[in-house]
Amino acid sequence: MQGALVSGGYGRDCETRADAIGGSFAAPRRGRGAGGGVAFTLSLVAKVERKRTLSEDRLRTFLREMLLIRRFEEKVEERFRAGELPGFLHVAIGQEAVAVGVCQALDDGDVFASTHRAHGHTLARGTHPNAVMAELYGKLEGCSHGYGGSMHLYDVERGNLGANAVVGGGLPAITGAALAFKLRGEPRVALAFFGDGATNIGTFHESLNLAQLWNVPAVFVCENNHWAESTPAHQQLPIEDLTKRAVAYGMHTITVDGQDVEAVYRAAGRALKHARDGKGPVFLLANTYRLVGHYVGDPQVYRDKEELRETRETQDPIEKLREKLGVSDDEFEQADREVNELVEAAVEFAKNGTDPKPEDALKNVYA
Amino acid sequence: MPELSYREAVRDALSQAMREDEDVFIMGEDIAEMGGSMGVTAGMLDEFGPDRVRNTPISEMAIVGAGIGAAMQGMRPVVEVMYEDFTTLAMEQIVNQAAKHRSMSGGQVKVPLTIRTQGGAGWSPGAQHAQQVEAWFVHVPGLKVVFASTPTDVRGLLWSAIYDDNPVMFFEHRTLYGIKEDVPDELEPIPIGQARVHREGEDVTVVATGRLVHEALTAAGEAESEGVSVEVLDPRTLQPLDEKSLVASVKKTNRCVVAHEAVRRMGFGAEVAAVVQEKAFDWLDAPVERVGAKFAPLPFAPVMEEYVVPHAGDVLEAIRRTVGRAA
Repeated sequence: MQGALVSGGYGRDCETRADAIGGSFAAPRRGRGAGGGVAFTLSLVAKVERKRTLSEDRLRTFLREMLLIRRFEEKVEERFRAGELPGFLHVAIGQEAVAVGVCQALDDGDVFASTHRAHGHTLARGTHPNAVMAELYGKLEGCSHGYGGSMHLYDVERGNLGANAVVGGGLPAITGAALAFKLRGEPRVALAFFGDGATNIGTFHESLNLAQLWNVPAVFVCENNHWAESTPAHQQLPIEDLTKRAVAYGMHTITVDGQDVEAVYRAAGRALKHARDGKGPVFLLANTYRLVGHYVGDPQVYRDKEELRETRETQDPIEKLREKLGVSDDEFEQADREVNELVEAAVEFAKNGTDPKPEDALKNVYA
Repeated sequence: MPELSYREAVRDALSQAMREDEDVFIMGEDIAEMGGSMGVTAGMLDEFGPDRVRNTPISEMAIVGAGIGAAMQGMRPVVEVMYEDFTTLAMEQIVNQAAKHRSMSGGQVKVPLTIRTQGGAGWSPGAQHAQQVEAWFVHVPGLKVVFASTPTDVRGLLWSAIYDDNPVMFFEHRTLYGIKEDVPDELEPIPIGQARVHREGEDVTVVATGRLVHEALTAAGEAESEGVSVEVLDPRTLQPLDEKSLVASVKKTNRCVVAHEAVRRMGFGAEVAAVVQEKAFDWLDAPVERVGAKFAPLPFAPVMEEYVVPHAGDVLEAIRRTVGRAA
């Protein structure tokens, strides 16, 4: 059965950003503008269609998007072990459904901030794998032009306001972006990804408190994978139900199975609508699983091997959707081949990319 | 030419910007009905309303971070941190986020945020309400740091800070809020990164910031009666520093004293001294003297506070030391 899983329903233009150093940013307005500081297009008809009927085609798209992230991350692990990738990396294996479900629900013009585990969100929102891989290789063609790396992936054109290496670091700016949308009367939502570990840090509390107080269109997505690096939930959280942390600020909350991409998509859609309708911010708790270590190369000495094995077998979001859709082995393998081609091409693209000049380090310090 | 106090000058720059530009808004603790703990924003709530003059909860990280977020969306928020001691509570957002977004994104993002704050000793506020911390921020690539010492300067520089596309730490000095002077009818923006010579002289350059500009001018008057001609230079912007003006002045006078209210050790004066000796070593007839607070948390008792904090007398002694040294 041909669906959107196999190529045809999947178009990604191969963009390079070699000429885009200096980036694009809508110049701040002076005086009353025509409304909206950043130009964006709303394809309203297509959006309504997508939201009302979650067709099999659409779900196959989700499956393919998740598979892209999975294969990309596996390739990243492989290339890191081969010694080709500088720095350190955190891959999102196991958490693909949250990335895809949420990012697919975003409207054009919505913005989001991500975490140190950002590859999934970045790809799910539409940044080309070439641009992400090139960034990991430190090339000018990378989405941050080599300045950011894995934990500072930005793609402002797609509303990606940056991955963040500081736990909870991106949340206050999301409250601020939502405030800007409200002050300007724009129908846009600002969304933050963060983990269960981040619900302990000050910025989480201050950002939710302020967002709720000022009733701004923000969505706070907690990817609860039950680990803060090597520290399990029971060692860092004195409560079990993390929605209580948002209820404490008077915020509306939604809880969803983060391994069910359709459920995530629907829940995210509800959260975004709630915020967009001016009803205030939402805390979306997505219970998920990290099927790998905290960082690439993490031996996970702190994790029970039996638990890990069982989790891998029973909590893979890709397997779950595959089963739900009844995708045949042939179809899946075909899609896998295509996705792997994309990922291999991304590595080639990155390896053939342009190294920044050393003195480029002194550019972009100031606008 | 109207006469404005330093406080009124700040208010004037903010108000004019807000009248002209919907994208400018202010937020901070107690800035609305109360008009700010220093009275700077008095009356602004009435003129601009609560959407644009926003009282915040006590949440420096969220206040500054929200400013960052709104700035990234193209607005020009001016955030107030009530005392510069409290910038510590927002350091992560200022240093790791605001300062670095532009670079980390490879130039995709701008953060046109202004953070106004104030400090100043002399009224026994105690150790946590009187620090001068500007040096910390000069040390962070990606931030600009401004510290004006007169009503004209603060008005013109605040305007420039608001319209600078980078995060600007804008320091005001508590004891200067009441000083008055005639200011130009029209607000004249002053470029960021431009020093000002308050007083020309031949024998020694005193580089001073904030309250110490006025202390230096007092000391210069005294020194003149002792036959010493003192040039007083206020960098006004600490980052980027107007090294050209600074070095030109020292090459002229051959001696340099740098004075600030902040703790002397690792203060901004240390950077000035380093720059001066790098760029004008062969012109110097004496080592660079530094005047700053003594190395102790600021004590409460007035006699102890007076001892720790620098005054005109300390600047004068430094002038005498540098001039007294044989060439």
